[in-house]
Amino acid sequence: MSNLVCSVGSGQMPKKLYAVAAEFDGPKSLYAAAEKIRDRGIKGWDCYSPYYIHGLDKAMGLGKSFVGLFTFFGGLSGLVGGFLLVTITSQYVYQMDTQGKPFFSLPGFVPILDLLLIMPSAIFSIVGLVVLSGLPRLHHPLWDWDAFTRATHDKFFIVIEANDPRFNEKASIDLLKEIGGTNLTYIGDEE
Amino acid sequence: MSYFKPTTNPAPARYDLLARHEEAETIQARRDIVREPYVGNDLSAVSVGDRIAAVVENPAPLWWYIAVSIAGGLASFTMIGILYLIVTGVGVWGENKSANWAWDITNFVFWIGIGHAGTMIAAILYLTRQRWASGINRAAEAMTIFAVMCAAVFPGVHVGRVWFAWYMAPIPNGNAIWPNFRSPLLWDVFAVNTYLGVSIMFWYVGLIPDAATMRDRIKNKILKYFYAVICLGWRGSARQWINYEFCYLMLAGIATLLVITTCTVVSSDFSTSVIPGWHGTIFIPYFGVGAIYGGFCMLIILLVPIRQLYKLDDLVTLRHIDMCCRFTLLMALLITYIYGMEFFIAYYGGNSNEFYHFFENRMWGPYWHTWQLMMFFNCVVPQLFWSKKVRRSPWLAMTIVIFPSIGMWLERFIIIVCSIHRDYLPSSWGMFYPTWIDIMTFAGTFGIFFLMYLLFIRFLPVIAISEVRGVLPEANPHDPPVVAAEKNGARHE
Repeated sequence: MSNLVCSVGSGQMPKKLYAVAAEFDGPKSLYAAAEKIRDRGIKGWDCYSPYYIHGLDKAMGLGKSFVGLFTFFGGLSGLVGGFLLVTITSQYVYQMDTQGKPFFSLPGFVPILDLLLIMPSAIFSIVGLVVLSGLPRLHHPLWDWDAFTRATHDKFFIVIEANDPRFNEKASIDLLKEIGGTNLTYIGDEE
Repeated sequence: MSYFKPTTNPAPARYDLLARHEEAETIQARRDIVREPYVGNDLSAVSVGDRIAAVVENPAPLWWYIAVSIAGGLASFTMIGILYLIVTGVGVWGENKSANWAWDITNFVFWIGIGHAGTMIAAILYLTRQRWASGINRAAEAMTIFAVMCAAVFPGVHVGRVWFAWYMAPIPNGNAIWPNFRSPLLWDVFAVNTYLGVSIMFWYVGLIPDAATMRDRIKNKILKYFYAVICLGWRGSARQWINYEFCYLMLAGIATLLVITTCTVVSSDFSTSVIPGWHGTIFIPYFGVGAIYGGFCMLIILLVPIRQLYKLDDLVTLRHIDMCCRFTLLMALLITYIYGMEFFIAYYGGNSNEFYHFFENRMWGPYWHTWQLMMFFNCVVPQLFWSKKVRRSPWLAMTIVIFPSIGMWLERFIIIVCSIHRDYLPSSWGMFYPTWIDIMTFAGTFGIFFLMYLLFIRFLPVIAISEVRGVLPEANPHDPPVVAAEKNGARHE
């Protein structure tokens, strides 16, 4: 299976289409274009930019990120696990008498519980980022497109993926042309 | 109740007029504030990336090789010192009874303090929307990680028999004894490890988009592979960016909580004891302020040569140096207040031991010169930063902050050695003198720190490319009201 990237109008066309993509030259044109695609109700599309564009999630009609849930449950599991660790060991497993202080002393446990809350919530936030963003990835069809290497540098892209059942290749190209996209390209597999 | 019902028709014409008037006033007010741009010389997003990536892409300059050899040579001092300590015993240091903590813990608190400012810049300034900090946060976070690594050397080694250091981990040891979770020294182990871990995670998440940028730019095959692995296959799609921004926000909040916790825990090592000079509730803000103070000084020492040698002065602008100097001055004032408050409490508290410790031993005792130097370096020297001219002369500012950096080390020495060398029992009073192993081990940590830092600026983007691009005016997809109103006058465009 080899990958094929060919520009629209060149007469070539991949047999198995992954997506049609277009290039934009700035955050403003990307933002305006994203609003129009959102209003068409298209599913399975994405904008690519070298930096976070403020408000683009609204222009695309995306909801809030769920990373916060990972943080919360990570912290909760750390807190509960930490509480069990210090309580069971200090109270039941090995009672260490230091200057007659109580074996179960919540004020004395606070710093440990706090730190055991922080560590897993940080780890789970990153797990959330990685899982929700579909990372890590060794390969992606878009990386076969040479122009796409500039998505982390100075170019902005909109990619309409073909996995939507209502995907219409011709209408998508017309739409991308209409909203100001240039360098329209098919991305897919040769066979 | 219909009497109180609001009128349904609030005279639309007048309301409109008022709103328009207010809008015009706001535009005028915004026009009057001339804000210094975040990035100098009107750099575009493309040239921001080019400038920062050039540091990594161009061949290393000669000075870099010289600096790496010097730092590497210096770093070996710590290795030799630790090796000698492990094969001989902890007696090779100058510790004795009753000064059983000395340079080891001084160095530990000194380095961990430097770490705190990095997190403060990256996390707290991020949460408070201080967007100018995007130019220096990567450098500051890297400083945090390397400083915490240097700090971790000392508590790990000062236990003496380092092969038993794993007793500090929350697992039962050979005799099925669990650690005492109520002990401040165990809190310390947890705090330092958590701090190191979370700092690395925070720094790493910031690096992901920049690593992707480097992956797409760099020609060198091996480095390309390296960046491709660490960026996890980042593509910069909007769906990834919203998760990324949210994750960064969460980590910033977590790191802020962690800075406060770590200052608290490190200061609890001292303040939970009953030794005069340690037994103070002021220690928690005291250590926090001292940490941020020392860290900002170190950051200025790092940033000034980097911006000059790599020609990054449009990205780390004079405004950044100015802001760091202002923070330094603020912390100097706070620490002066705290020094004064320590003396006031010693006087007002009416405890004769405390009184003796502060007014006789600390001021006029055998370490009087250390105390006076500390007061001069930490409280007097930074007052030069009241002058804008001084704050905006990078090399002068860098020279000035070397003094409080030394002063902050002296402060930790005063807190530790000066407090314990004369305890409650005069028959056990003594003096602490460092041995050459003490001096070597400490000097070597600077080598470790600068070696790590030099490697960092060689292989990773020293400034957060995507973040700086994000604060440029061209990155804003909306027309700001001032620009919209001035389209004809064209002052901003």
